[in-house]
Order: sequence, then C-alpha cells, then structure tokens
Amino acid sequence: MSRKQRLVVIGNGMAGARFVEELVARGGRERFEIAMFGDEPYGNYNRILLSGVLAGTHQAKDVFLNPLAWYDAHGVTLHAGHRVTAIDRALRVVHAGEVAAPYDLLVIATGSSAFLPPIDGLMKDGALVDGAFVFRTLDDCSAIRKRAETARRAAVIGGGLLGLEAARGLLGFGLQVHVVHRVSHLMEVQLDPDAGHTLSRSVEKLGVKVHLDKETVGVRTQDGAVSAVLFKDGGELACELLVVSAGIRPNAELARACGLEVARGIVVDDALQTSDPHVFSIGECAEHRGQLYGLVAPLWDQGRVLADRLTEREAAYVGSRVSTKLKVAGVELAVMGERDAQPGDEVVSYAEPSRGIYKKLLVRGGKLAGAILLGDASAAPALLQAFDRGAELPETRAELLFPSASSSCPALDLDALPEDAQVCNCNGVTKGAIVSAVKSGKRSMKVLCDATRAGTGCGSCKPQIEALLAAAAEGAVTEDPSVHWYVPGVPLPKPDLVREIRARGLKSVSAVFRELAAGRGLASGNDDPASKTGLASLLKTLWGKEYVDERDARFINDRVHANIQRDGTFSVIPRIYGGVTTPAQLRKIADVADKYEVPMVKITGGQRIDLLGIPKARLPDVWRDLGMPSGHAYAKAFRTCKTCVGTEFCRYGVGDSTALGIAIERRFQGLESPGKLKLATAGCPRNCSEATTKDVGAVAIEGGRWEIYVGGAAGSRVRKGDVLCTVDTQQDALTIIGRFLQYYREHAKFGERTWAFVERLGIDRLKSVLFDDSEGICARLDGDIQAAVDAYVDPWSEGQAPVHQTQFAERIDVPVSALKRVAGGRR
Amino acid sequence: MSARGLGPIELVPPGEGRTFDLGGMAIAVFRTRDGELYATQARCPHKQGPLADGLVGGRSVTCPLHARRFDLATGQAHGGECDALRTYPVFERDGQLFVELRTESQVQACRV
Ligand code: SRM
Ligand SMILES: Cc1cc2nc3c(=O)[nH]c(=O)nc-3n(C[C@H](O)[C@H](O)[C@H](O)COP(=O)(O)OP(=O)(O)OC[C@H]3O[C@@H](n4cnc5c(N)ncnc54)[C@H](O)[C@@H]3O)c2cc1C
Ligand code: SF4
Ligand code: FES
Repeated sequence: MSRKQRLVVIGNGMAGARFVEELVARGGRERFEIAMFGDEPYGNYNRILLSGVLAGTHQAKDVFLNPLAWYDAHGVTLHAGHRVTAIDRALRVVHAGEVAAPYDLLVIATGSSAFLPPIDGLMKDGALVDGAFVFRTLDDCSAIRKRAETARRAAVIGGGLLGLEAARGLLGFGLQVHVVHRVSHLMEVQLDPDAGHTLSRSVEKLGVKVHLDKETVGVRTQDGAVSAVLFKDGGELACELLVVSAGIRPNAELARACGLEVARGIVVDDALQTSDPHVFSIGECAEHRGQLYGLVAPLWDQGRVLADRLTEREAAYVGSRVSTKLKVAGVELAVMGERDAQPGDEVVSYAEPSRGIYKKLLVRGGKLAGAILLGDASAAPALLQAFDRGAELPETRAELLFPSASSSCPALDLDALPEDAQVCNCNGVTKGAIVSAVKSGKRSMKVLCDATRAGTGCGSCKPQIEALLAAAAEGAVTEDPSVHWYVPGVPLPKPDLVREIRARGLKSVSAVFRELAAGRGLASGNDDPASKTGLASLLKTLWGKEYVDERDARFINDRVHANIQRDGTFSVIPRIYGGVTTPAQLRKIADVADKYEVPMVKITGGQRIDLLGIPKARLPDVWRDLGMPSGHAYAKAFRTCKTCVGTEFCRYGVGDSTALGIAIERRFQGLESPGKLKLATAGCPRNCSEATTKDVGAVAIEGGRWEIYVGGAAGSRVRKGDVLCTVDTQQDALTIIGRFLQYYREHAKFGERTWAFVERLGIDRLKSVLFDDSEGICARLDGDIQAAVDAYVDPWSEGQAPVHQTQFAERIDVPVSALKRVAGGRR
Repeated sequence: MSARGLGPIELVPPGEGRTFDLGGMAIAVFRTRDGELYATQARCPHKQGPLADGLVGGRSVTCPLHARRFDLATGQAHGGECDALRTYPVFERDGQLFVELRTESQVQACRV
C-alpha cells in the first residue's frame, strides 16, 4: 500500500475540529496523516457557549470540546497558536511563520471575523481602541469581562442575535447596557418588524436600553480609551465599554491570495471542493450555492459530508435548513426558515404584545417554510422536527402554535424520526448517535449527555433525549438511587426514615439533617433546600404538637399563609365551609376588595373566592378585615370540601350533602398531608359536586347511606375514585374518612396525591386495613387523627401575632440616615 | 469601599432571607442556619422572582417561583441554567448587619 496522504486543515474552530473528529471516527487515520493549524492557542472549544461565559452561566473551562490531549491521543498534529500566512498551491505547501506543511489535500476552515463598520476613531494603530471589543473568541470574552468590572455603561453596536446575547451578558455585571441598532427593528435578518418590536420591549424589560435607527459614525476617547459613541443624527451616548457586533465577514483572504475562486466566501460545490481539486472548504468561510452560513448546524452537515467523501463513502452537500434560538435568559425566541411570506403562502400568527408573545408560521404547500416563536418557544421542538424533515403539517394549525399543556414534550414523534435526524441542534447530535450510545451502555441521563454532548448546549432538547433514552434502554434506564428516598437530601426511604426519626426522637428539620444527612457524602453541608418542606410535613405528622417548627423549612407559601404569584404578590382565599356563604360575608369580602384595591376577585374552581395580587405586607390587614379563617389554598394540606345543595333544596337529594360537607371541612380544615386534599360530597348519584373524582368523595344513595370514594382525581390526571365502603350515618362517614386520611398521611410519599397512593397500595388492601381492621390499627388511627384535628390553629391568626418581627415584611426599608458610610468594612 | 448599615441582625431569622430597600435599590440578605451571611441582588434573573422568599439550604437559595437554585457565595446558578446573581459582601459587627457596595455601578445594579 502506498504512503498515507497528507491532510492539512487550516482552522481549528467548530467546523475544522468537528470535521477531523468525524474523519477519525471513519477510520481516517488509516489513510491520512492529519495536521491542523489553529490561530487560537487552545484546543477546540464550543464557540456558541461564549455567550454563557460572558453572562457567567458557564466557566471558560466548561466550553472546551477537545483539549490538547485529544489531538495527541488521536495522532493528530495540532499547531495551536500558529496562524497560516500563505498557501502555495503549486508546491502544495502551507506556511505559518517558521512552520511549513506540505499537503496532498487541504481543508480551509478559517471561519469568519467580526465585521467592523467604518466608524471614526474605532481603530488605533491597526487595533481596536482601548475599551472597544468584538465578540468572537474566548480571549475576546475574557477581555470584555475584565473591562466590565470597572465600566459603568456599555454600548453594543448591532442588535442582531450576537449583539443581544452580549448585551444580556453585560447586564449581569450591573452595567447600564445600551444596544445601538442601525435599522428600525432588532434582528432584522431573522425577524419581521412586528416580532422585532415585541422583542425590543422584552429586552428593555430585562433592563437593556434599545436605540433603533441609529447609525454609529464615531467613537470619542478620553485618555486613550472609549468614552462615548457618536451618531449620524448628531446624538451621542457615553460609555466606557463598547462591543461591536455588526455582522461577520468570511475569512477568505488566504484563499483569495492563492488564486482560489472567492465570491463573498470561498466558493465550493456539492463535494465541498474549491476551484482547486486538492482544496476543500467548510464552515463560515465557505460559500455554497451562493449561500453563506453563520450557524453551527450547517457546518456539522458539511463536516459529515466531507469526512464521508474523503473515506470513499457516497455523500453530497446540498445545503442546510437553518434554525436558531436566542440564548438570552428571560426571553424565549426560536426562529427557523424564511422570514417573509411569498405570494400564496398561508400565514398563521398569534400575538399578545403585553406578554411579549409573538408567533408566526409560514405554511407553503402544507409544509412549514418558516417560523418565529417569541415569548413562548414551547412549540419549537415539534415545529423544528416538521421543518427539518419537510413534513406535512396537521390540519389544525392552532395545535402547532400551542402544544397541549399536558404534554411536556410536545407532539414529537420520536419513533418516526429517521436515524440521522438531529436531536441536539447545538452540538449536532443525531438520534442515531444517542440511541447507539444508549445501546453501548450509557443508561442514565448524565452519562449519556456527557458522552454524546447532546443536551449540553442550550438544553432545550433534553425532553427528547430522555424519551430516546427511555425507549432505547428498554426499561433498563439506570436511575439515581435517590428516587427511592423520601427526600433527596436524606438517603433513606420513608419507612426507614420514620423509624430513625422515632428512635432518635428527632423533632426538628435541622435535627434530622444533623443526625441523618451529615457525613453521608451529600453536597454542601447539612440542610438541602429541596428536602426541607418534605421533612417539615413528615415531622408535623409524626409529632403533632411536639414538633419543633422551624420556619425556614417551610416554602414561602407556608411561611406567610398565602400563595405566591408570578409577580411576587400573594393570593388570599378565605375558607367558606362547604361553599355556603351569606350576604354579610359577601359584603365583607367586597369591602375588603375595595379597601385594598384588589386587582382581581375570582370565583375559584373550588367553590370559593380568591382575592389576587395582595402584597405580602398587607396580608395581615386583609385577614383582619375579612375576619374569616384561612382556606389553606397554598399548602399541602386539607383544602376544600365542595358540596351540592342536596336534600336542603334539590328535588332529587337523598342525603344532606351540604351538612356533611360543612362538617368534613370544619373537622379537617388545614390538616397537613403529603399532598393536597380536595374532597366533595354529593346529595345523590347525579354527583353535581364531582365527588367521584376527588381525593375523598361521599355520595348519598337511597336509604340515607353514603358511598365513600377514595383516590379520585380530575387535575393533571383523571381517575375515578374507588369505593372504600358504604356507611350508614354522617358520623360513620367522618370516622372512616379521618381514618383514611391519617393512613395516607403516614404512608404516602411527599407530594404523592391520593390517586397515586390508592393505586400503589390497591383498594383491596386499604379496605382490609381500614374497614376490616386486619392490622388492628384502626383505633390508633382514629386517635391520631383526632389529636391532629385538636392541634389545628388558624394560621391567619399569625397576622396579628407574627412569629417573627419581619415575617410579613416585603422589603425592610433602610432609612437614609442609616446609609451613612462606615469606615473600614469587613476585617 | 464603604459599608452600609442595614439594622440589627435579628431582622433576618436563621435559615431565611429578607429583602432590604436602600433608598430605591434592593438587595436580598440571607442568614444560613450555620450562621453565615450572604447578600445578592433581590430579584431572580429568570423571571424576577423575589429571592429572599426562597428556600435557603447549604450555601444556596432556591427561587420560590420556578425553583432555579443559586450558590449564595458565587452567585452561580446550579447547572448553569440561568444567569449568575450579583453578590455583595455582607458581615455582622456588634449585632448590626453591614453590606459593602463597592462601586457606583453596583449601586445602580440593584435597581432591578
Ligand atoms: C385558584 C385555583 C384556580 C381558580 O382560579 O379556580 C387554582 C390555582 C392553582 N392551582 Fe389548582 N387551582 C384551583 C383549583 C384546582 C382544581 C379544582 C378543585 O380544587 O376542585 C384542581 C383539580 C383537582 C385536583 O387538585 O386534582 C386543581 C389542580 C391543580 C394541580 C394538579 C394537581 C394534580 O396532581 O393533578 C396543580 C399542580 C400541583 O399541585 O402541583 C395546581 C396548582 C395550582 C396553583 C397552586 C399553582 C401554584 O403553585 O401557584 C395555582 C395557584 C394560583 C394562585 O396563585 O392562587 N392545581 N386546581 C383553584 C383554587 C381552588 C380553591 O378554592 O382552593
Ligand atoms: C458568541 C457566539 C455565540 C454563537 N451562538 C451560536 C448559536 O447559539 N447557535 C449557532 O448555531 N451558532 C452560534 N454562533 C456561530 C457559530 O459559533 C459559528 O457559526 C461557528 O463557530 C463557525 O465555525 P467555523 O469553524 O466556520 O469558524 P470558527 O469557529 O470561527 O473557527 C475558525 C477558526 O479558524 C481559525 N483561523 C482563522 N484563520 C486562520 C489562519 N489563517 N490560520 C490558522 N487558524 C485560523 C480561527 O482562529 C478560528 O479558531 C455563535 C458565535 C459566537 C461568536
Ligand atoms: S390556576 Fe391552575 S390551571 Fe390555571 S394556570 Fe394556574 S396552575 Fe394552571
Ligand atoms: S423567577 Fe426565579 S426561577 Fe423563575
């Protein structure tokens, strides 16, 4: 066999390095001696994560894809930090300073550079003036971060994808951030004007000031550093930090200088070959069919095709369909395909400007030609799949824009997805690659993602990866052992935990952490926030009045006895026993609503009235004025008992459902439990209060008897309850219900609703324990629930007697006089 | 560098956080059960959740709205799924809380 061919790659960026990886994976080392030149002094890193590095969500060390050792291990010679200065096509040699490397085949993957618009004073001695930066490399990123530490105001020139990501990152440094954009709406390459305007508002809400229609013509400096940018209209903006992000230009000079055909980029054909059959080009520097690409997905395709061809596999590159996602925390934006409709296209759109939502689909011949999803990108995975595959869209377009709320992974047909379909668009990982990694033993999410890199970019494809893992592992998914523990921070299943707590007499959450979690190799110290609320609930159930209540173990709702809302205010739902109210009570509620200018008064789905939008500091006053007990609409506790009118008025009623409902609610109000408890009573089997789909339901039947249903649900899950027993009197109904509730309190996992609990234990077991007393515990259960009922105190009484001086403080005002500077500081 | 007094340490109960308003700008101060003090920006970078209302544990706070978790010392979000928090040095002396605001831009930054 003849000697190996010499393959030289110029550019060790996303395209060059990926191509070499693909080539090595295809046995390329058998055929080629591979040498690479990279301008940057590193191995290869994930450029798209630089936005995260700037924003501080990623550390620089987290973005490396192939460290220097990878090249050694795979026999690839890397000249890191060597810039190629000339290509001699006649002799087939590339020159990089002292180093000269002969080649048989050459791949140019030099990427692009930031475009610098003509701005007076931007450059000094051939370099950017002090304080001005572009945003392209890891070094740029470190330099910007360093400058941001001392600057107060930053201007980003260019309101495209990168400019916005840079601006978002700078906000995190506490700077005043301005985006200056030359045209009349942001991201005009991808977005139509309406979307652009909506985006401006969303970005401004984050704190970035957007200037549109502003052409920057000059930079002013002070002491040699940027002090302001100057606009064509005569205006100016003071800033100490300037990031120029006004587009990119392919690095094609090398190619041009050696006489290769160059248009805007280095011209290549479907074989990715340039005008010289020994020279190929891929990535952002290449121009294919008149198209330049500025995203990674196309260059993954190119790298694969070229690696296939150089190892004598059949392949051609015919262009890529592009889609992208804005990586700006707080603003969801996904864009794919074309921006503007052509005549004959069907345009489906939805806008809700006040919430920053704008969605638009371009449908051409029943297929997706383009889409913009702004403010809510939940539909993106399904649309992307349809777009990538050129699939026929379903008839009901609304389903496309609003994936059904119940499925976390919108209508994605993973089975139908071909092997080579890309699942992770950030790292270009295909379904096939994920499935084969699973088959080769990568059976937990973490191991799988680490091994394939899938899901390690923006993370939006994780639901699909999880689904693929579940399918491909055929039931052998390795799970984290913690799924069997009662809470993640204490390594014990519920029965063992309860035994330990009882044996050691642990009565507070901190005592449990101290005795049972410390020294078990769990992360950072003792108390785990994700475990606190579950432990608090369990201890309260186990110890009743003896429980040592530590307020920090409670979720905010339980600390202030109201439900936190999206804007940080709270909702107040007073208890209305059995849904039966009076004109006086209604009047009082109305008065309170007026007095406190309550933004919304709403009849809930639980037969009660909700006052929404109350600031934390006003809760005590609202409760005092209402003079009604808490409805516990915020806690894992007994919530409501819905009733129907029953025998009192209804012509069909055979049992007094209102009286029973009120008695149930009075007895069990506020009782803590592993999950919420919502009950109902119905006066006859017409079941107007939906009692058969409640945690516990009592349905009156002929002869004054009650059927007791348990484990019903009509929330995220719909399940008809099972009949536990039939009882003769209201008193018996209260007893058996209490017994069931206590058993559930003791045996359910934290957060496990009754439907799951009843299903897990089976109704026959429950009947035998609770009705036939097969374990002889019924009397004990009845006693314990009575004790819990007796321990009940209306939490809203804390409004007038707070457990802590700042319990209801929304903000603690520091008087201006206290703001005087104190010399010294921390010692 | 200047330190500013916030008031008695008892304003923040052990294991919890509180929001302090310094004349129009807000910071969240946390006191862990181990007695450590931390201060960060008041609102969550995700969707502006009130961080002082979160659950504190170990050296982290979990936002009450969508459970993003942050390291109180470094401000980093666990799993990098969110921007990092700004943090401020905070300490106690003679029973009083003090926060250090290092630059004017930090002061500006509190106005989220
Ligand atoms: C206010 C109310 C909606 C309304 O305007 O009518 C409501 C509001 C919320 N529900 Fe609900 N649910 C309300 C009746 C219901 C009902 C109907 C009912 O109670 O008869 C259901 C179905 C029954 C059930 O619970 O299964 C219901 C099933 C849910 C679920 C799904 C639970 C499940 O496991 O299936 C959640 C999510 C959860 O608990 O994790 C939920 C969670 C929520 C939360 C607490 C979400 C949250 O954590 O912030 C909402 C609080 C809004 C707020 O800030 O006040 N809500 N929710 C209703 C209050 C009833 C009341 O008077 O107490
Ligand atoms: C901050 C940021 C965020 C981004 N986010 C996304 C995103 O979310 N999604 C997305 O799809 N795309 C994103 N991109 C774009 C994406 O990074 C590029 O499309 C991709 O890196 C292009 O790969 P490339 O190999 O062609 O060029 P590059 O990755 O730039 O690699 C080219 C390499 O060649 C080197 N080089 C150039 N000339 C020479 C020479 N003469 N000698 C030696 N070496 C040379 C350069 O130093 C560089 O290392 C982002 C880009 C940036 C800067
Ligand atoms: S009230 Fe219930 S159904 Fe409505 S948005 Fe909130 S959780 Fe969802
Ligand atoms: S607002 Fe904090 S996690 Fe969403």
